[in-house]
Amino acid sequence: MDHTTAPLGPDDPVVIVGAGQGGLQAAMSLRDHGFTGPLTLVGAERTAPYQRPPLSKSYLAGADDAGALTLRPPSFFQAHRIRLRSGVRAVDIDRVGGKLVLDTAERLPYRHLVLATGARPRALPIPGTDLAGVQPLRTVADADELRRRTSVPARLVIIGGGLIGMEAAATAVLAGHQVTVIEQQPRILSRVLGPDIAAYLDELHRAHGTTILTEHGVLALHGEAGRVREVRLDDGSRLPADIVLVCVGVLPNTRLATFTDLGVADGILVDDRLRTCDPAISAIGDCASFPCGDRRIRLESVHNAVDQARHLGALRTGALDAPFRAVPRFWTHQFQARVQMAGLAAPDDESVVDGDPGSGRFTVRRFRDGRLSAVESVNQPAVHLAARRLLAAAR
Amino acid sequence: MPSIDYLGQDGIERVVVVTTGTTVRDAAIEHDVPGILGECGGNAECGTCHVYVDRSQLAALAPIQDIEDAMLDFTACPRADNSRLGCQIRADDAIGCLRVRVPDRQV
Repeated sequence: MDHTTAPLGPDDPVVIVGAGQGGLQAAMSLRDHGFTGPLTLVGAERTAPYQRPPLSKSYLAGADDAGALTLRPPSFFQAHRIRLRSGVRAVDIDRVGGKLVLDTAERLPYRHLVLATGARPRALPIPGTDLAGVQPLRTVADADELRRRTSVPARLVIIGGGLIGMEAAATAVLAGHQVTVIEQQPRILSRVLGPDIAAYLDELHRAHGTTILTEHGVLALHGEAGRVREVRLDDGSRLPADIVLVCVGVLPNTRLATFTDLGVADGILVDDRLRTCDPAISAIGDCASFPCGDRRIRLESVHNAVDQARHLGALRTGALDAPFRAVPRFWTHQFQARVQMAGLAAPDDESVVDGDPGSGRFTVRRFRDGRLSAVESVNQPAVHLAARRLLAAAR
Repeated sequence: MPSIDYLGQDGIERVVVVTTGTTVRDAAIEHDVPGILGECGGNAECGTCHVYVDRSQLAALAPIQDIEDAMLDFTACPRADNSRLGCQIRADDAIGCLRVRVPDRQV
């Protein structure tokens, strides 16, 4: 057996690039499955590993403080011998010598390397994005900035009606700010949710006072004295804005992989055992493109990052040898709607609504060629769990 | 100060002192008690903070709401009459030391 695919031994160092939820879970799962070798977790952000989902929800609302975001206390890393290097960037991989090169010039030896580098906000290629008051929402630093700026009533324009944009919109509306969402597509949430639940959420937003402008694009951001003042739309109209949140999606962080000649195509390419073309290097989470059926997908989902990290821990310690096949799952909270999605539907998959949307608790089953492709539920967590089992059994 | 006593699958009891109102899930994460995952961050959405509560203490806990009730039917280990989600039950001085048993698995 090629030593690079043999299960990890007690002296084999493992290095994980990316200290987000996926990277941390990978470290935990390796230890849970009995890996005792040196384990280093390298993260570019200065904060200890934390969870991002509350950044557009409870943390933004001020209901949680930074402590509530932190995934594990410092004592955890000591207790489990996980060497956490925060505020450090990986700049190169010496694949021949098995070393990860950091921006501190250190070279960390590895027997196995895990790339859990995540994704970064996509920039909007229009004038004015460098004005003060214009920002993305991805990191705790972004959320802190937004919290500061929304400590007084503000006119908030959110560019992008996807999950992050709509969650931030809900949080801001509940806090009393004037919120306008600008979405290019004919409806909000078109990439991630079927038309029924998107329409339900759209109605919920409008009932709460969110202004939603679909089929509109943004041409430029205008400012005064370096601060944003208004948003110019593609129909010529201008919206006053104190804050502009850019929520137009993310791009996978694949630079390290491209630079070191690991296959990349909308994400770092891995096989169904989560290995890149180099058997000593794996990739998981938002940055990884993996096989699903007869195609490849890349999921921007915390659940996926955690599921892949768990699976990786089992695979690399030899606890199991099975393809990664977890059912994709996502969720969003907006106002009183707790929406959960299991499976992956194509935009034109059929929809069957179960229950009464008016009651605030209902489910939409999505079908493709007569087969269940996804289940989207609102305030029905038990239905969601049952759907996950159903979809898993069908794989 | 209240405390929580976790009896692990390994037979080891781990007692942690907490502030009043701390959930069984949060205390487990904070104190690195094995066997409680609480993946959804304490929102009664994942069922991975399932615990079995000392039966003599069940009545002292906040009653089970609909969402928790539904989730308890989907835990990895079978639901028992003393099953609760760790994110929905809290330590407090009136209870003193809340005793729970951690199930063999959560996923």
